[in-house]
Amino acid sequence: MTDATEAEFRGEDEPKRTVMIYTAYERFWHWSQALLIFILALTGFSVHGLLPMDYRLAVLIHSYAAIALILLWVFTTFWHFTTNQWRQYLPKLSSLWEVIRFYAWGILTGAPHPYTKSLKRKQNALQSLAYLTFMVIIGPALWASGIVYILFPLWAKLAAGTIALPLLAFIHTAAAYMMVIFVLIHVYMTTTGKTAFHYIKTMITGYDTIPLSKAQAAYLREQEPNRLK
Amino acid sequence: MTPRAMVLTCVGLFFLLAGYGMAGDRFGTPELPVSGAGEAKKYQEAHPPKPPEPPVTGQQSGPMFGKTADHTKFEALKGPFANNFEVSAACVGCHTEAEAQIKKTIHWTWDYISPRTGQRVGKENVINNFCTNAKNNEGMCASCHIGNGVREGEEYTFQKESSVDCLVCHDRTAGYYRTPPTKGNAVCATMFEGLPPIDYPHVAQNVGLPGRENCGSCHFFGGGGDGVKHGDLDTSLKNPPKELDVHMATDGANFACTRCHVTKHHAIAGSHYEMVAHDEHGVGGPGELRQAATCESCHGTEPHPKPSLIGYQLDAHAARIACQTCHIPEFARGGVATMTDWDWETAGKLLDGAGYYEEEYTQGNGEHRHTYWSIKGSFVWGENLTPTYKWFNGDMRYTMPTEQIDDSQPVVPINDVLGDASDPGSRIWPFKEMHTRIPYDAGNKTLVYNHLWGDDDAAFWGNFDIAKSIEAGMEIEQRPFSGEIGFLPTVSNWPITHMVAPKDAALDCSACHARDSRLAKVAGVYMPGFSRFGWLETLGLAGLGLTLLGVVLHGGLRIALRSNGKGEE
Repeated sequence: MTDATEAEFRGEDEPKRTVMIYTAYERFWHWSQALLIFILALTGFSVHGLLPMDYRLAVLIHSYAAIALILLWVFTTFWHFTTNQWRQYLPKLSSLWEVIRFYAWGILTGAPHPYTKSLKRKQNALQSLAYLTFMVIIGPALWASGIVYILFPLWAKLAAGTIALPLLAFIHTAAAYMMVIFVLIHVYMTTTGKTAFHYIKTMITGYDTIPLSKAQAAYLREQEPNRLK
Repeated sequence: MTPRAMVLTCVGLFFLLAGYGMAGDRFGTPELPVSGAGEAKKYQEAHPPKPPEPPVTGQQSGPMFGKTADHTKFEALKGPFANNFEVSAACVGCHTEAEAQIKKTIHWTWDYISPRTGQRVGKENVINNFCTNAKNNEGMCASCHIGNGVREGEEYTFQKESSVDCLVCHDRTAGYYRTPPTKGNAVCATMFEGLPPIDYPHVAQNVGLPGRENCGSCHFFGGGGDGVKHGDLDTSLKNPPKELDVHMATDGANFACTRCHVTKHHAIAGSHYEMVAHDEHGVGGPGELRQAATCESCHGTEPHPKPSLIGYQLDAHAARIACQTCHIPEFARGGVATMTDWDWETAGKLLDGAGYYEEEYTQGNGEHRHTYWSIKGSFVWGENLTPTYKWFNGDMRYTMPTEQIDDSQPVVPINDVLGDASDPGSRIWPFKEMHTRIPYDAGNKTLVYNHLWGDDDAAFWGNFDIAKSIEAGMEIEQRPFSGEIGFLPTVSNWPITHMVAPKDAALDCSACHARDSRLAKVAGVYMPGFSRFGWLETLGLAGLGLTLLGVVLHGGLRIALRSNGKGEE
């Protein structure tokens, strides 16, 4: 008998278990999205003239990467709704201030993190607000303007002599700057775990050690034993 | 009935009906019942023969190949001919309408009223910034002009009832040439001495449709010499390689000028006085030969290879960019230079009491070009030149000799290219800019007529006295002249449309989509890679910088305090 089941058997409270909290699809989605966003940022800012990549090549890669990312998002949106995972992003404003205070101050003084990750709630309040911003504002601003942009040949004639194209490019560029800032903070925040690489390791392997309720543990043992280590 | 039998029956019925229908079509009516002459007569009375329908006029026959007449067999062309005037008389003996057709065209009249700007233009009306004016120098100009009535000693006039010179366009022996009908001063007349005699019967019997040499005999030499004026038209196009011009290349399509400059009743499409800057019509109907000299009239409006992401994007460029802008990356690249700067003020210097020249420029094909010539002034030449790009709606506004000019401008446009980014009919076109300091009336602030050619003592090309020649020019044209001569910096704009490079030599995207864009000076269009959003870039980069700084500070503090919090549980 392992420690955890023993503890449970003895009726102790919420034993910690090593559980797969990020499923294979989630990890695939996360890392392929990360790769595509890096490619899009590098080629996009080349198209914008801030990076030196050849323009034609940058346009080609940017366009195909964008199409790939849109397909990925279509699948992932579908996945979020069929698995009910979309609820993870609902902002929980009650503990937001606490989390902000922790990152601004507590983390420097060695205070404990005010948030406890659970299977139902994988993200802290600040995280879900940030991801919601990403998924509701930055992401759609990018892909919506990007889709219209890539279809330029269809409306080029109509737009001649208007500000349609520069306006569109403005939205796309503004959202791209926000995206880069988001990614920068996001990458830095991954170093704030137990160790500098703890979160990245979790996102790669999918496993983290978190407390499970009795019901959750029982459910996983019965239904998804492979998620328990 | 079995299914197989049903199918066979149906097929059989089909052929029976089809056969009946075909026979009916071919013979018009089913055979008459043969039952006596009386019935046949009755039938004919009831069905009187229809009168023949007149043929429909204006039908398109499509391009013809080969010919049905051998000009060597025409008695009328056996000669002898004393001059080209007599040859033309023989031509119009058969080609009865040719002369009337020609006389309606701008090739003959040098006179054109622009329907769009309302200006009366054409060589007879405008001032240019080469030899400045055709008017009152017609003797020289007529070495190109196809008017044929003037013989030595006669005054040249466009109104004269005279025969057209057919040979300059239709000679296919290279054995024909024109010289100025009036002699000019001794200083110039020598240029036309010692030329070989013309074998008129031979030339007349070997006429054909105009080739590049024919059109080129005038248009390659605009502005007073090979390639001087246009930069995209010079003798290198007589026998060009593919790299120089895909259309005219002898090892390529080998087009004569009229392949694109589609001609109807001797009226040739594509004068720069009536340009189509944005052809959205394209190729027209299947097999239709549009009388338009646009790229689109052959290539259509969506010519780039598809399906391809880049192909669609390139097609979209056509809404704002002329084909020529990408496909003619440089002009004057056939080994013949074009003139870019000309200063009239230095004209008239003499060496030992006589005019002289300097030939300090050696062009690609090894020939030397004048850098100074007493009769014209100083010149600057260029080859493999990058065009200047401007918005163009097909119209140009000419600075006319009758209007007052603002001579305080740094440069006065001889022809202003019209069009702008806000007009969907405008596109970005490539131009050759010609910069010349020309003499002008600094008192009245007008352009002037300069009397250059003639054997009189007022002609500049003889007396080298610009005050005298301008005074004479203004007097001939009955224009007021203050007597005060200044030199005015001017620019004229020549659309670049020949010397189309092979497709893999077209401009790369990054020629424009970059910080050092070729189109940097063309205002009003958003160009990814070149355009910036001002404060957004500042805000974005500042945000990025502050975020980085925050990360470094926060991370640094964490390291310094050796604290990682306890992390999330």
